Amino acid sequence: MSMASFDPVTAVLLIPIMSAALLAVLPGYRLTARLNVVASLFTFASALSLFVIERPQPGPYVLVDDLNVVFIVLNTFVGFTTSIFSASYIAHELETGRLTPVYLRFYHAMYQTMMFGMNLAFVSNNIGLMWVAVEIATLTTVLMVGIYRTHAALEAAWKYFILGSVGIAFALFGTILIYMAARPVVGEGQDGMVWTLLMQHAAAFDPALLNVAFIFLFLGYGTKVGLAPLHAWLPDAHAEGPTPISAVLSGLLLNVALYALLRFKILLAANPNAIAPGPLMVTMGLVSLIFAAFMLYRRRDIKRLFAYSSIEHMGIIVFAFGMGGPLANFAGLLHMVMHSLTKSAIFYAVGHISQIKGTQRISRIRGLTVTHPALGWGFVAGVVAIAGLPPLGIFMSEFLVVSSTFARQPLLAIALVFGLLLAFGALMLRLTSVAFGEPRGSKASAEASYVPMFAHLSLVLGAGIYLPAPLVIWFQNVARLLG
Amino acid sequence: MQMHSLAFDVSHTLAGGLVLISFMMLYQDRLYSLLNVFALHAVVLALSVAWQAFVQHAPHLYITAAIALVFKAIVIPVALHRIVKQLGIHRDIESAVGIGPTMLAGMALVALSMVLMLRVTAEADPLAREDLAFALSVVLLGLLVMVTRRNAVSQVVGFMSLENGLVLAATGAKGMPLVVEISVAFSILIAFIVIGIFLFRIRERFDSVDVSALDDYRGERR
Repeated sequence: MSMASFDPVTAVLLIPIMSAALLAVLPGYRLTARLNVVASLFTFASALSLFVIERPQPGPYVLVDDLNVVFIVLNTFVGFTTSIFSASYIAHELETGRLTPVYLRFYHAMYQTMMFGMNLAFVSNNIGLMWVAVEIATLTTVLMVGIYRTHAALEAAWKYFILGSVGIAFALFGTILIYMAARPVVGEGQDGMVWTLLMQHAAAFDPALLNVAFIFLFLGYGTKVGLAPLHAWLPDAHAEGPTPISAVLSGLLLNVALYALLRFKILLAANPNAIAPGPLMVTMGLVSLIFAAFMLYRRRDIKRLFAYSSIEHMGIIVFAFGMGGPLANFAGLLHMVMHSLTKSAIFYAVGHISQIKGTQRISRIRGLTVTHPALGWGFVAGVVAIAGLPPLGIFMSEFLVVSSTFARQPLLAIALVFGLLLAFGALMLRLTSVAFGEPRGSKASAEASYVPMFAHLSLVLGAGIYLPAPLVIWFQNVARLLG
Repeated sequence: MQMHSLAFDVSHTLAGGLVLISFMMLYQDRLYSLLNVFALHAVVLALSVAWQAFVQHAPHLYITAAIALVFKAIVIPVALHRIVKQLGIHRDIESAVGIGPTMLAGMALVALSMVLMLRVTAEADPLAREDLAFALSVVLLGLLVMVTRRNAVSQVVGFMSLENGLVLAATGAKGMPLVVEISVAFSILIAFIVIGIFLFRIRERFDSVDVSALDDYRGERR
């Protein structure tokens, strides 16, 4: 590869992995935190160039199409903003001594390795490679969840590791079954795992084998998406790890698993005799939504609260993709993007809040808008957005999901609206107590960077008010691809 | 023809043996004996993979077999033995469910996987079919070991036996790309490093590797 022929795919993989190696050996907080930001920025810039540079032809390992460009750009963008947030967050953790310099080095290296794993999962055209990539991303997050080494953090990491491994084992079994289904048609060896080739021949695959494969893949990757009742790892992992990791877990890692699921859904849809994956996804999505909405009421820990909110939103997204059709897919895609942006913005706010107050207990946080106006109002905006109030982006995508469901399955839509209202009530209840009222807890000023949070929120607001036409057309194309 | 049926019989026996050894894991109530049974599991897996390599004329599978033999049958059990000794973990395994119900559940899982896999793979070649059915049994039994044991070390053993089932499935699928086999072995390696780190961290903070001891420290009461 010469310099003249810049290859964005190579760049989004090479930059993270090389900077991970560099960050593992470099000492000093200031330098490494900045390097982390710069590397993430370059990765994001390379991802953006996928829009303008001609795409590579699908090869045995790499595939770039309309669908995964959305995921890659979103992934690298949130990865970049989180690295900025992480720099200010980690400075505080070093001061309070929760992290030692050695662990910090480890943390940054793991951060970039995780970005590498996620990007690799998105660009891989080989279902085996995709599995490996998801596995890498998961293992790095396990390590980061346990980084504080408190009792609770270790328990959370252990639980995450065990449940995640079971999930990943099921996903591998499903992948093997897909290969078994493909072998008689596509032939032995490499070709039986290349997604684009599988798509061309999917109609001739043995439907029974495909069905069983999808069940395993759904259970496996579904565990990572955090669908109830496979979600048990998710709240703990969010609550006990460093907050930047909570932000990328909710905003990005769940999307990676969702992306894998979508690829297999498309594959199954290409075979006329296989089961329709839709009803399964709709059911699990709805169960997750309603379950998480009820659970929101009993949360006392602020990070756990938003972890359950992530389960709720992943439920909505899986529901929308399960409904299928151009409109519901469009809504699901939009909701995914909006959720990633909003939820990570909320976690940026929550990270600073819990650092200032020295606690994650909701009952000890009061009157934020009085003591910390910028942070408090940013938090309010984030929660209002995630609860689905107009004019923010999530309102629009939820509205699309509900209205497209009403047109086809009114009963399902009623259940959906019930879940949404339930979650809305819980979030509003918590919001009023945290943001308003008599201030409680430390009033120390925050040494925080609010830029990432407000950048995300303004994007969400912008999308809620006006979606640019090229973006709409792009999303419509992708929605059609999803079938 | 003669060769073919022999190939079938041997791989059938080995895969069936793996299922049997998985059953043996279910009723072990001492950590050391559980580790020994796991070593046996890995040896049989290595034999099975080597046989597949021979039958399929796929020399790269010998690497997978060697990894199973050296790494999983020798290195890991020895290392776990040492960890158990050094950390002074209770040698008796506290299981969450009694042996009787566990065995019954195990039988039900094997029956389930047989019914499921044999039915859906009716058109695949018989060797791969049986292999896949046995592999799923091993995976599910590994899962059962994980959920019925409280102790972190035995959960890890359960997880590794589950991975053995996956290797069995992957090698049974003829011509499956090498990428995946390496990755399977690799992921076990990573998994083990992770677990090693975890065990040592747990050792730093707790006196027990019993996962139920961790339950007391939840940030939130249920």
